[in-house]
Amino acid sequence: MRRSFVVATFSDARRLMSAVRAARRENFSIYDVYAPYPIHHLDDAMGIRHTRLPWVTLAAGAGGLLSALLLQFYTAVIDWPLNVGGKPDNSTLAFIPISFELTVLFGGVATVAALFLRARLFPGRRERLVADGITNNAFALVLRKRDGSFNTELACSVLRENGAEAIEEKVMDI
Amino acid sequence: MCASPVTKFIPPGSGGVPILPPPRWVDGEPALHQITEDIARPLEGRPGKGWWICFSLAFAGLLNLAGMVTYLISTGIGVWGLNNSVGWAFDITNFVFWIGIGHAGTLISAILLLFRQQWRTSINRSAEAMTIFAVMCAGLFPAIHMGRPWDAFFIFPYPNQRGPVWPNFRSPLVWDVFAISTYFTISLVFWYLGMIPDLATLRDRATAGIKKMLFGLLSLGWNGSHRTWARYETVSLVLAGLATPLVLSVHSIVSMDFATSVLPGWHTTIFPPYFVAGAIYSGFGMVLTLLIITRQTMHLERYITMRHLDKMAKMTMLTGMIVSYAYATEFFSAWYSGNLYERFHFINRATGPYAWCFYLMVLGNVITPQLLWFKKIRLNVAALFVLSILVNIGMWFERFVIIVVSLHRAFLPSGWGMFYPTAIDVGVLVGSFGLFFTCFLLFIRFLPMIAMWEIKGVVQQDAAQDARHAALAEASHA
Repeated sequence: MRRSFVVATFSDARRLMSAVRAARRENFSIYDVYAPYPIHHLDDAMGIRHTRLPWVTLAAGAGGLLSALLLQFYTAVIDWPLNVGGKPDNSTLAFIPISFELTVLFGGVATVAALFLRARLFPGRRERLVADGITNNAFALVLRKRDGSFNTELACSVLRENGAEAIEEKVMDI
Repeated sequence: MCASPVTKFIPPGSGGVPILPPPRWVDGEPALHQITEDIARPLEGRPGKGWWICFSLAFAGLLNLAGMVTYLISTGIGVWGLNNSVGWAFDITNFVFWIGIGHAGTLISAILLLFRQQWRTSINRSAEAMTIFAVMCAGLFPAIHMGRPWDAFFIFPYPNQRGPVWPNFRSPLVWDVFAISTYFTISLVFWYLGMIPDLATLRDRATAGIKKMLFGLLSLGWNGSHRTWARYETVSLVLAGLATPLVLSVHSIVSMDFATSVLPGWHTTIFPPYFVAGAIYSGFGMVLTLLIITRQTMHLERYITMRHLDKMAKMTMLTGMIVSYAYATEFFSAWYSGNLYERFHFINRATGPYAWCFYLMVLGNVITPQLLWFKKIRLNVAALFVLSILVNIGMWFERFVIIVVSLHRAFLPSGWGMFYPTAIDVGVLVGSFGLFFTCFLLFIRFLPMIAMWEIKGVVQQDAAQDARHAALAEASHA
């Protein structure tokens, strides 16, 4: 869906940071920031919530643990008990290594899958770059013109005062 | 050691103790665009003569491996030097050796990430690649050692028409299958995840053609959004947190393949930590070998600095000394336990027919790391290269000594024997190096071998730190 935005580009992270802070002081909500590397403390400056992805790790890890224990218990005790060296069928301690491995496997793979889903990253997705050189050396701050009350002039002046190199109004799909 | 241009300063009330400026991990102050250029350009040009020579050698090794494994599978494992006394020899030695190599990669990429060690950023990508290729080499050996490798999938628990008969989950060999499959999967996911932003950089640099399409496909539409970056960093930390106990578990489980049996020389409780330390030691040896080669041939001295080599040398020394301590503990327990079989085993280890292997192991793993006390050696690339190879020779022989020396003199003298490798044994070992180096050389040719986005972050942080330090120094002088 195409919407209208104000895109300001910067050549270094410090100016970008001060622009983000200034824009927030003026009560603009930051649509997003684009950068070639993760900038420290930018999350707080932008006011974005902590991600809940670690909960996926916890849930999937617990699922992995449970399925490993159930699989081993069912196969070794119920379905086809094998007497190996006289060890008890339910040798729970011996089931721990595999339970641990499957906890890690499920937890890790599910977390990454959840990240891809949440961030909408998938093979074949067309990249939508807001400015040239974002994956190289450029930084961009994007504000969304949500409705008529958006004060474009104020936004542009705040961004320019904080070192934006170029400010454009764009209608695009990001 | 510190190349920072900022001077040291003495804060008031510190009793004259100066505060040194923070170290920098990239030489000079390359601009962001320069970093992209330095790392991406070698991938876009034609490879040099050096790369072709190395690749031809490695590829010949890989072809040799394919031929030997085909012969082995079509004829049977009798083509190896195995016999009734020594049923595990080169195959399992190679398996443990390669699995161990991988461990340093995970240590650098995961454990040092959790400890926020910035020096890992220049080397983590190639160390992770090394892990993946080493685990591939390792996985080959148990499979071809099975005798009927086409039935290798029997080891996985799946509903089957043989009962169903399930794997014996009380066996460390089955634990191994789960540990190594998990290790391989998580390492691969971690490696790929770390590469996505750099693949996007390469995509945006490529003008057209198959490169643009492939990088476009692999970079999953990455556009540098900070909302994604924030999640991405959290997920990286979560994966590092999972990979850390995972890597410790993998070699612990490998060591249990031995430790849960009753054979003298195998049946000891120190095996898990001893194997993990040995794995990291050998892994750092291999990281040093690979990085010295890449640094010199790809001209990346600015990013893989002498300070990086120095750090790795120190890690090698530390883990080498843990390994030496474990050797001493083994001998001490053999003497102090009063167990005749254990005592015989260790006397035989140092004086028996395979004593020369034992002394090679001592040379590589006890004496070599001691040389790293000297800064002159840590800062000499040629010396480090030789040492790193000695480390790997020593660690290969360590596994050979543990496996073959224990098996060739077990409890009953009637079961004693000797193991002599055949040409196929040696050929498969050499071939596994061919597989490893072919993969690694293709990797440095086609994928960014240094994490560009991480280097960019570190360079910017260095600049900020220097600014803070300069401000402090100025304030203290005022």
